Amino acid sequence: MGVLQLVAKRLGLGAVTLLVVSIIIFGAVELLPGDLAQQILGQAATPETVKAMREELGLDRPAPVRYVEWLGGALQGDFGTSLANKRSVAEQLGPRFTNTLFLAALAAAFSVPISIVLGVLAALYRESVFDRIANVATLTSISSPEFFLGYILILFLSVQNPIFPSISSVSADMPFDERVYVTLLPAITLTLVVIAHMMRMTRAAIIALLASPYIEMARLKGEPRWKVIAVHALPNALAPIINVVALNLAYLITGVVLVEIVFVYPGVGQLLVDSVTKRDFPVVQACCLVFAATYILLNLTADVGAILSNPRLRHPK
Amino acid sequence: MSDQNDARKSLLLKIRGLRIEGRADEKWFEIVHGVDLDLHRGEVMGLIGESGAGKSTIGLAAMGFTRDGCRISAGSIEFDGMELTSSPEEDLRMLRGARIAYVAQSAAASFNPAHKLIDQHTAAPVQHRIKTRKESEADAMELYRRLRLPNPDEIGFRYPHQVSGGQLQRAMTAMAMSCRPDLIIFDEPTTALDVTTQIEVLAAIRDIVDQFDTAALYITHDLAVVAQMADRIKVLLKGDEVEEADTRSMLANPKEDYTKSLWAVRSFQRQQKPPAEAGETPVISVNGVSASYGPVKVLENVSFDIHRGRTVAVVGESGSGKSTAARCITGLLPPTQGDIRHNGQVLPASFRNRSKDQLRQAQMIYQMADTALNPKKRIGEIIGRPVAFYRGLRGADLKKRVDELLDQIELEPSQYYHRVPSELSGGQKQRVGIARALAAEPEFIICDEVTSALDQLVAEGILKLLDRLQEDLNLAYMFITHDLATVRSIADEVVVMKEGQVVEAGPKDEMFKPPHHEYTDLLLSSVPEMDPDWLDGLLEQRGVDNIGEAARK
Repeated sequence: MGVLQLVAKRLGLGAVTLLVVSIIIFGAVELLPGDLAQQILGQAATPETVKAMREELGLDRPAPVRYVEWLGGALQGDFGTSLANKRSVAEQLGPRFTNTLFLAALAAAFSVPISIVLGVLAALYRESVFDRIANVATLTSISSPEFFLGYILILFLSVQNPIFPSISSVSADMPFDERVYVTLLPAITLTLVVIAHMMRMTRAAIIALLASPYIEMARLKGEPRWKVIAVHALPNALAPIINVVALNLAYLITGVVLVEIVFVYPGVGQLLVDSVTKRDFPVVQACCLVFAATYILLNLTADVGAILSNPRLRHPK
Repeated sequence: MSDQNDARKSLLLKIRGLRIEGRADEKWFEIVHGVDLDLHRGEVMGLIGESGAGKSTIGLAAMGFTRDGCRISAGSIEFDGMELTSSPEEDLRMLRGARIAYVAQSAAASFNPAHKLIDQHTAAPVQHRIKTRKESEADAMELYRRLRLPNPDEIGFRYPHQVSGGQLQRAMTAMAMSCRPDLIIFDEPTTALDVTTQIEVLAAIRDIVDQFDTAALYITHDLAVVAQMADRIKVLLKGDEVEEADTRSMLANPKEDYTKSLWAVRSFQRQQKPPAEAGETPVISVNGVSASYGPVKVLENVSFDIHRGRTVAVVGESGSGKSTAARCITGLLPPTQGDIRHNGQVLPASFRNRSKDQLRQAQMIYQMADTALNPKKRIGEIIGRPVAFYRGLRGADLKKRVDELLDQIELEPSQYYHRVPSELSGGQKQRVGIARALAAEPEFIICDEVTSALDQLVAEGILKLLDRLQEDLNLAYMFITHDLATVRSIADEVVVMKEGQVVEAGPKDEMFKPPHHEYTDLLLSSVPEMDPDWLDGLLEQRGVDNIGEAARK
């Protein structure tokens, strides 16, 4: 099977997964106890008003019909209107999602290169003092909850030494450098959380290859140690590394809820938490769908990356 | 080759009292017990012995290298006046690839799959600043040409998986030559190859070593191969030297008993049984079977019969469809055409549709006993599982039956019942594989290259055991192998396969006598013989351009 076919197959599978997830999200909201109209009306709920509200929300029609409508809208970027403030969901979600992506990209820009370099160095100097310190340090950071790390960073970097703002309020018209500056603390927090996983996987993937005959061959050709690791082991260890990087990138986007709240960062996580408290279901559904799509897309990228990193598939006989 | 240049021969490698230790279970064990070795410039020395003799370990030590978990504990290794055991790693690194090069057993595994051949070829010369990248590339093409690789100007720009095994092995020899080293360590360079491919690699290696007057340590367990390649032979056993002499006198006149036993090993031969009577229903009958993996056709109209108490050897090179035929018989790969009959009854094509009794009839013994036995299970459990599955025995009855089976394979039950596979030697593991097949009480066993991973003496033990079991239990064997010596010793009938088809079949005595089908002839004549002049004779007869892959077309 050629690369294109393999990639096309993965993309098709991704689309199917997304469809299944959309059904689950819609179904889960549908299954929530209580009547949506009644809850919105609260005290003012009389049988008549509830009926009118149900008609207004379209809840009197069967669920499959509403699902198809919702999905059809979502595909065109229309996620319905918010129950809380009657504004379009897409309008609220758009800028928030951009903010979240910005934070994730900033964190990734730090964490991915750092962790791969650390992983390669740890493999190169395995069992050395450097290896142990890197291991202990990254394990410590991954073992601490992110809100705790966030508060520690606030304590040291904005309270005791006022270098960074403790509240990361960004707005759309902010210049890029200022935006980076205010987003730096949450980005560092996230970096500390994801770095251990990626670094340890890089180290393990490389070390697993060190016993292979082609690594021995490279050593017996008199190539220096760093070259053996970086030129001979790393390219063959790419598939697992790409996978763990993609998994962590997905986490950076979907797992940031706590960090966004600690730093009062206006991202999707904040929006999701607010909407859940307000029982604003169209927004919750939209957030979940966006998160799911991100997750699937990143895993898809990892799969495609792993396929492309395999020379047997890139260069067929 | 050795005599004419005696005058300018100086000592290149001098090893004295070399002791190497390996680490296992938190303890150091000595695996090489004080070996001496002298190698002169331009000389080829063959190191032979069974696995565990320390051949490869000594070969690597000659580069000042030990694998992880090994260390040089005593002795000296002097290469061209430089003491390697006490040299700093950086100095050794400058030596490796530049002045001493290594050719590994499996070129397929030893070329990095992520880089093109040419990039791997030029790495050492560029690293050691011996040639520029451009010079080295041009040199690579020249070497590829001398090694008679097809498309020498283009082949280097391929990835390893795009090149065949025999070509890769020659490309690796070219890579070893890239810095024109003084010494090359050849570590079983042809063991993983088919006989017809082996010849071209042997011829290429010998040629290039002669052309550049390179010294070499040629490590192998195959006596016939070493007879073609080496000026002198050193025999090793369990980390000790047994004896050393020049090739001809070693072959003609071995002194030590162990060497004699190595030389005599191909003597086991059992009488060919008379062919089955006409009209007798065969135990297994393969009937016009075709099969494919997806769109790739691998078997085409294959037919042969296997009779009770007989051994049918299926021979051919890798990719000829031998193992696929076995997969069709066991039902792992349902044929696209034709059928498999057991005692005249057609078996369901897929193993999923076969009854327990039908499944029981076709058992397998595998090439790699290491991977075919579950490393976490005890021997008693491994053999007991099919006994319980097929016979439904439990408790004391089960134990009794397993003990019987262990007795049959000549392993003492009380001693081996509770061991795990890692506590057994290679030959013992293969015996357990045999017992597991016997546990189902089959009429028919498929032996897939069962002796190819074993040393010759151990392999002979396994062949004798299989032969005795055949006598006792009237078993039918399908013996898949590429080793014609094994065929000579154990087969009643021979089926020769090539590219998914049966090219010739018949009783063994007829098959080994001319006239043959030309492919059978090619296979037979490609098997190295103990005669040191065999390769020369063959090259003369066939011509250098008509061996290996070229000859197969």
